[in-house]
Amino acid sequence: MTEPLSFELSRPAVDPPRLPDADVSGPAPSDLLPKEALRAKPPGLPRLSEPEIMRHYSRLASMNYSISENFYPLGSCTMKYNPVVNETAASLPGFAGLHPYQDEDTVQGALELMWRLERALCAIVGVERVTLQPAAGAHGEWTALRMIRAYQHSKGEARTEVLVPDSAHGTNPASAALSGFQVVEVKSGHDGRISLADLESKLSPRTSALMLTNPNTLGLFEREILDIAELVHSTGAMLYYDGANLNAFMGICRPGDMGFDAVHMNLHKTFTTPHGGGGPGAGPVGVKAELVPFLPMPTVERTNGHLMLDHKRPQSIGRVRSFYGNFGMLVRAYTYILAMGGDGLSQASQDAVLSANYLRKLVEDDLEMPHDGPCMHEFVASANRLSHENGVRALDIAKALLDRDFYAPTVYFPLVVPEAIMVEPTETESKATLEAFARAIKDIVAQAKTNPQGLHDEPKNLPVGRLDDVAAARRINTYLQGQSEEPVLRWKAPSQSPG
Amino acid sequence: MADRRYTKTHEWITVDGKIATVGITDFAQSQLGDVVFLELPSTGRKLAAREAFGVVESVKAASDLYSPVPGRITEVNEKLSTKPELINSDPYGDGWILKLELAGDLPADLLDEGQYKTVTEASAQ
Repeated sequence: MTEPLSFELSRPAVDPPRLPDADVSGPAPSDLLPKEALRAKPPGLPRLSEPEIMRHYSRLASMNYSISENFYPLGSCTMKYNPVVNETAASLPGFAGLHPYQDEDTVQGALELMWRLERALCAIVGVERVTLQPAAGAHGEWTALRMIRAYQHSKGEARTEVLVPDSAHGTNPASAALSGFQVVEVKSGHDGRISLADLESKLSPRTSALMLTNPNTLGLFEREILDIAELVHSTGAMLYYDGANLNAFMGICRPGDMGFDAVHMNLHKTFTTPHGGGGPGAGPVGVKAELVPFLPMPTVERTNGHLMLDHKRPQSIGRVRSFYGNFGMLVRAYTYILAMGGDGLSQASQDAVLSANYLRKLVEDDLEMPHDGPCMHEFVASANRLSHENGVRALDIAKALLDRDFYAPTVYFPLVVPEAIMVEPTETESKATLEAFARAIKDIVAQAKTNPQGLHDEPKNLPVGRLDDVAAARRINTYLQGQSEEPVLRWKAPSQSPG
Repeated sequence: MADRRYTKTHEWITVDGKIATVGITDFAQSQLGDVVFLELPSTGRKLAAREAFGVVESVKAASDLYSPVPGRITEVNEKLSTKPELINSDPYGDGWILKLELAGDLPADLLDEGQYKTVTEASAQ
């Protein structure tokens, strides 16, 4: 069942919404704005009583699906449980009530939290300094590439290419292209790991950086990472670490020690800040010493116990985000790190790897496993054979899981595996949950062999059934080309019934 | 068809006198899935061999289209703007993409059916 819009539920008989009186005095809008910018009549907000609007939003909320309700095995996204203590810390009035224009002397606690979080992240990934400004992982990638480019320019080098493996997250080539680089693809070998021979053939004096995630998107550890780093550095290029998969080895090994020069971290993945629904995200970037002068400004500095924001950084690439990043997320991540401690973080990573391997083992007879195990914190299965033999694709399996009260894994990524199903259970799931998910997979695969059509019709138990994405994409394109007057979706006001 | 030639980037070409017809292969359309949109060039444009001339977009992916041969575009399949599904249903017939007036010889790197099959079998693994 779907829920009408609040505009459709609106009843003219109800009084219009009343807004509280302003508690600050100031000039009236008519003193500030030209006449044509002033409303002649009140805005047409929906008219509902408070219980009606409360029930409307409660019904919408009950249609939502989140990690607080059930398993969310979205590969490459690290959808781990977000502890409530994070929210408690972030809502402390001394943090939640701050204004970004407050004087430095009045926000020493907030600056200290940023300073300490930076030190903690430096220790976890093995770098010299960290900027907390980027608001997402891809924003962190872009920020790091800007720093690498600024560093290379400062040495009189104009390098134009960024190497990206064929299994990379789509954000890697996108960030490189947005930063003005040519993207050059590096092939994976048959074992799913980067091909050193192909890497060597693509490296040149034009190469600015290689962007890599380790473990890679197939959930496999790049065992030759030290050789990769040496090859890349021998041409004067830099090595960039995409932190999407950092959850695999916190406290066990560090990207900095593997030879990475710049590292982004997703606080909304690895460090339990909210993920999805707009987050907001946070993608701090750590750098080795050579890149420190190019960090975004301001940085947080501490002298004699006094904390300050340093804007005097002549080689800085400038600000990459208004104010100081998504500060509330920094509080949550710091809370998580403190609550876990060093031993707790490395235990979390070990459990994440154990969960993935246990689940992989449970479903290895049902789905194809294109690469040999063991895996790290996630695994990639394939529905290629089911798709050829029974006409049941990865998409059908994903939709059928929704009907069985699970969120779907990532599908059709990475691109190097046909009909890919990418599962990342994380450390916060119980053995019983993993087993229930495996039973659902077995049930779906069994049905694929007896009643494939039934799976094509799923989901049946959700407010919205299977969407016709092909028709939607075709129609929106005819609209965009001016060959149709109406876009596919346009809300029309319901005709007013009397009363 | 014996005189149909192919590229490693999954275009096909047939030649009738000075006019070449270009499309994408059956393998390409099956890998892309349902095609929803094509971005196509105007007639009159001159293309070098292997030059990108447009984009084919499916619900799964967007791919550049490359000209197998050098030439000047004489005709673009207008039906595709409202019926991109022709690429899926009839890639070698009604789903043709453009016609070119050939400039110079056919490049030596075009593949025959057997050679192209080797390419598709390698990438299907």
